[in-house]
Amino acid sequence: MAKTIEELRAIREKMRGQIDLRQKGEDNLRVVVGMATCGIAAGARPVLHAFTEEVRRRGLNNVTVGQAGCIGLCQFEPIVEVYAPDAEKVTYVNMDAEKAARVVAEHLVNNRVVAEYTVGAVEGLK
Amino acid sequence: MKELSLHLLDIAQNCLTAGAKHVEILMRDSVADDLVEIAIKDDGHGMDAELLARVTEPFTTTRTTRKLGMGLPLFQMAAEMTGGELRIESEPGVGTTVRASFVRSHIDTPPLGDMAETIVTLIHGAPDVEFLYRYETDAETVQFDTTEMREILEDVPLDEPDVLAWIRGHLRELMQN
Repeated sequence: MAKTIEELRAIREKMRGQIDLRQKGEDNLRVVVGMATCGIAAGARPVLHAFTEEVRRRGLNNVTVGQAGCIGLCQFEPIVEVYAPDAEKVTYVNMDAEKAARVVAEHLVNNRVVAEYTVGAVEGLK
Repeated sequence: MKELSLHLLDIAQNCLTAGAKHVEILMRDSVADDLVEIAIKDDGHGMDAELLARVTEPFTTTRTTRKLGMGLPLFQMAAEMTGGELRIESEPGVGTTVRASFVRSHIDTPPLGDMAETIVTLIHGAPDVEFLYRYETDAETVQFDTTEMREILEDVPLDEPDVLAWIRGHLRELMQN
């Protein structure tokens, strides 16, 4: 236990200098995972985990990951929305942890929307 | 919901919607009593008797606020399927307590599931709220309290990715023992 508390103190010292940087950054990307009853039942928790872990692992300081309630398309949960400055909101549907990792790599890092996972790619929803 | 921990995540979100500053998730998992008892307590704005009476009915959601919905009815159904029950106590301005019990040996009682991930998800969604989680078995009790972490972290928020990862690891260790 003593060791893990030390780890937490080390995180505190490391973080102190970085927090202001992220909050003031202008090119912030925001990822929002629907975490209402419908989302949770459909598997949103591992999706949220995948986003937070991938973003942390890659050290993407320009990305924040947040949670939202029911978006109103419960049959397509888990749903993830990506907000970027000067771009239209992108809505990903039927997500899972593997798809989340791919969205991080292609969309968040390389700015290429993963079109096949978006709500626009769902048949019969136009 | 395939895990109790997913129900708990869902029900605890109601506490946050109700503006709670303190949320307690208390579990007693007793082989001796053949019972899993859960209490989710908050100090949010509470409910009046009229709302309390219909809160476990599905589709009583007031769509303008989306405050309620299928979460409580699903949790109630899960408990009752096993021979347990769900009870809610609430007082406006004081808070709400949701209590559920499950017959432990019943085949329909869901596994506890990944409580570490549920707690991490709650903290991530509401980093300024204090969460207390206590898990009690016949043999021992483990407890996790965000107020203790905050003393160490000082001004560093709990939703920093490295902090959340630490919490996840810490909870997993706690739950294993």
